[in-house]
Amino acid sequence: MSGATLLKESGPREVFCGLTSIVWLHRRMPDAFFLVVGSRTCAHLIQSAAGVMIFAEPRFGTAILEERDLAGLADAHDELNRVVKNLLARRPEIKTLFLVGSCPSEVIKIDLSRVAENLNIELKGQVTVLNYSGSGIETTFTQGEDGALKALIPLMPKSDQKKLLLVGTLANAVEDRLTSIFNRLGIDNVESFPPRQSTDLPSIGPETKVLLTQPYLTDTARELRNKGAEIIEAPFPLGVTGSTLWIQAAANSFGIEKSLFDSILNPLITRAKQALIPHVEKLSGKKLFLLPESQLEIPLARFLSNECGMEIVEIGTPYLNRDLMKAEIDLLPPDCRIVEGQHVERQLDRVRDSSPDLVVCGMGLANPLEAEGISTKWSIEMVFSPIHGIDQASDLAELFSRPLRRHEILNPKTPT
Amino acid sequence: MELTLWTYEGPPHIGAMRIATSMKKLHYVLHAPQGDTYADLLFTMIERRGSRPPVTYTTFQARDLGGDTAELVKGHIKEAVDRFNPEALLVGESCTAELIQDQPGSLAKGMGFDIPIVSLELPAYSKKENWGGSETFYQIVRNLLKDKSEESKQTWQEEKRRPRVNLLGPTLLGFRCRDDILEIQKLLGQHGIDVNVVAPLGASPADIIRIPDADVNVCLYPEIAESTCIWLERNLNMPFTTTVPLGVGATQDFLRELHEVLGMETPQSVNESNNSKLTWYSNSVDSNYLTGKRVFIFGDGTHALAAARIANEELGFKVVGLGTYSREMARKVRPAAKALGLEALITNDYLEVEEAIKETSPELVLGTQMERHSAKRLGIPCAVISTPMHVQDVPARYSPQMGWEGSNVIFDDWVHPLMMGLEEHLIGMFKHDFEFVDGHQSHLGHLGGKGTENINQEVKTTISNDSTNTSADPIWTHEGERELSKIPFFVRGKVRRNTENYARQAGCREINEETLYDAKAHYKA
Repeated sequence: MSGATLLKESGPREVFCGLTSIVWLHRRMPDAFFLVVGSRTCAHLIQSAAGVMIFAEPRFGTAILEERDLAGLADAHDELNRVVKNLLARRPEIKTLFLVGSCPSEVIKIDLSRVAENLNIELKGQVTVLNYSGSGIETTFTQGEDGALKALIPLMPKSDQKKLLLVGTLANAVEDRLTSIFNRLGIDNVESFPPRQSTDLPSIGPETKVLLTQPYLTDTARELRNKGAEIIEAPFPLGVTGSTLWIQAAANSFGIEKSLFDSILNPLITRAKQALIPHVEKLSGKKLFLLPESQLEIPLARFLSNECGMEIVEIGTPYLNRDLMKAEIDLLPPDCRIVEGQHVERQLDRVRDSSPDLVVCGMGLANPLEAEGISTKWSIEMVFSPIHGIDQASDLAELFSRPLRRHEILNPKTPT
Repeated sequence: MELTLWTYEGPPHIGAMRIATSMKKLHYVLHAPQGDTYADLLFTMIERRGSRPPVTYTTFQARDLGGDTAELVKGHIKEAVDRFNPEALLVGESCTAELIQDQPGSLAKGMGFDIPIVSLELPAYSKKENWGGSETFYQIVRNLLKDKSEESKQTWQEEKRRPRVNLLGPTLLGFRCRDDILEIQKLLGQHGIDVNVVAPLGASPADIIRIPDADVNVCLYPEIAESTCIWLERNLNMPFTTTVPLGVGATQDFLRELHEVLGMETPQSVNESNNSKLTWYSNSVDSNYLTGKRVFIFGDGTHALAAARIANEELGFKVVGLGTYSREMARKVRPAAKALGLEALITNDYLEVEEAIKETSPELVLGTQMERHSAKRLGIPCAVISTPMHVQDVPARYSPQMGWEGSNVIFDDWVHPLMMGLEEHLIGMFKHDFEFVDGHQSHLGHLGGKGTENINQEVKTTISNDSTNTSADPIWTHEGERELSKIPFFVRGKVRRNTENYARQAGCREINEETLYDAKAHYKA
């Protein structure tokens, strides 16, 4: 590892829980439904985080526990059974139903796997019922996707076909683009997980080579490895360098000729670097502070420092998986401060002390910092925007240069 | 267990947060897991607050549950008191912490602080947000005033001063509370009545202690303040007003009630018809077209009740549906609906509300932001009259609902979504003219009413025609077109033009996937 300083901190945190992942997962797999087994707080959290009032009938909901459900677990299981059947009767288009555990369901120990098992027997394959936990006592924000994907793995068919499997939710257009680049390199068999239809699962086996598109898939990566797949070690496909190294790792693994790789990638790299220039001008030398939330903080810091010239004050991360992050940490500039966990008050003290030009943070903290004159960028936007790949590097940079540009326009420096 | 796809009210601790965040010099330690911190964004995003809610979340994790969570809670309480130095401390728990029964309130009381500790017990599995807000406000007032005795207080007449009142109930994330309290203060000022304390919004614990200095309490938002007003009446002998001044008639009634409770004579000016423009606007000839409009009303109890009265008595609408999501207010909404010949819709299921709207086929919906969406799907105009709050319900401009100015705002907000009377009449008269057939109602002339794709096609054709003299136009390959189709429709036309311009400049004969990206990089750089 490079000279990055790794610190741990604990205290009050300001992070979403894993339930929040439902906000993008339900859009990725439109034939799936996510049923949170939880409280009114869970329902309120998801609708607030998603800002949703637009859906006629959204593909997620909450089975809200009531007083009498707390009295007897047997009854709670029966009740959940009843709610699920009502839901499925009303929504015949649902092919996969995820029962999502929450803080209260975990604390009172509702056995969602048993409920799912019984329902699968009763439903005879018309709908597949799966379960995972998105509870805030066990997961943060993007870890919810890790849980959902892990739950799908046992359903993946076996195969001995040689293939490249891209793992982690990407925007559809970005996924198409990356696939087409791999095709041009001669890697023809490229599939994605999660798929665009929950029932259209890719197969897996010893000839499957996995390239993670997102840095938060710890459990998924482990399970895929247990299924015989090989996890290709690489940084994550953010920025020109990260994306190039990511593609290169796959190309090496598939024995692609260096000359072919260069002939296809070099023009893209040159073009992308050109497109980055105006953003680099804006970002270079500016101080960046990343608060922990999406788990993308380390790759983002690597891109913004190495390719955009930003000065990193601190990288917060909700948790640190050293194996998955190794390639990223190696690329960080020396003496970078990575803080795992959070004490939100002390961290905000450090933000104020270091007077950064830009803070990447959650939605709850953004306006209070803006009111103090500190520009911010919402971390939740990173999981919704098409930011992966070489061609998207300038779009990614723009997410960060725009708040600085806005700040300059609205607060012009008075000539002295 | 109740299947919920979307909920009008949050859990009760959100109500407590609304009180805590509305007040000053108060801090709330909430025993809750990390996910519950989402609640901060309700204030910092919806209300665009420039400061964080004064809430410390204990954010316990699964691994803490095996150990001593009580110690963890005490650690957070101590740190919060040291750091924020509040005049009073609220201590409570969210749904998950309620299950592990650490009794954080009792823990805090045993820690020897010399500030009042208000322990909140808000049953998360049976109650909701407004109840939680009401209970929290009541507990704060009761705790801070419990030692005040019902001393023989002199009346304002005896003390030879102006009468003074408290305005109770306004909170953050309450519908237009920010402007309502300004409007009501102005209104009371015109009648020589002073405002002693406004609470919870903007009040500190020290202000709460000053509540008994007033002669009367004005219960502006019964959802939040009614139980507190009842307690103050019983224990400190403070009477309170029950009319909520929403609409012209209710504002008049409110002023009459307040004057009577204060022992003042109601001035004749209260009854004049020019206090609010709503009265004249409703009487003006244009409003003929408003008469008998069918209106469906749904919201919190107070605003739904007020809307029914205004619609029925002041605008001449016909109320065809009335309901609330607030079970606590069902008792008041049912008889009001019955008086209009309706059965009240009491439900927390927005799909049931949408169904009811569909069945009654109203011409205007007055509802929450959710009814606005439902109405949009059904093609019915809608005005928002109630919480749950949306960023659009916190306008930059002064926009009260209460008092005379509030009535003006209500007239505009409700009538503008309807096509204005004269305009509607003229369109009816001219509807067979060519401008109006086939949906050609746009000011954009011949482009009006057509799909965006068609516009793009037309623009493209125009460009092609113009450029016949220059070098041959680049041709879009199949993959190029396919890549283009992935770009959102609203920028697709611009991307098509830019790419073609770029291709011409660069001398490309055809446009493929790469040309598109080349052009993108070219224009970005």
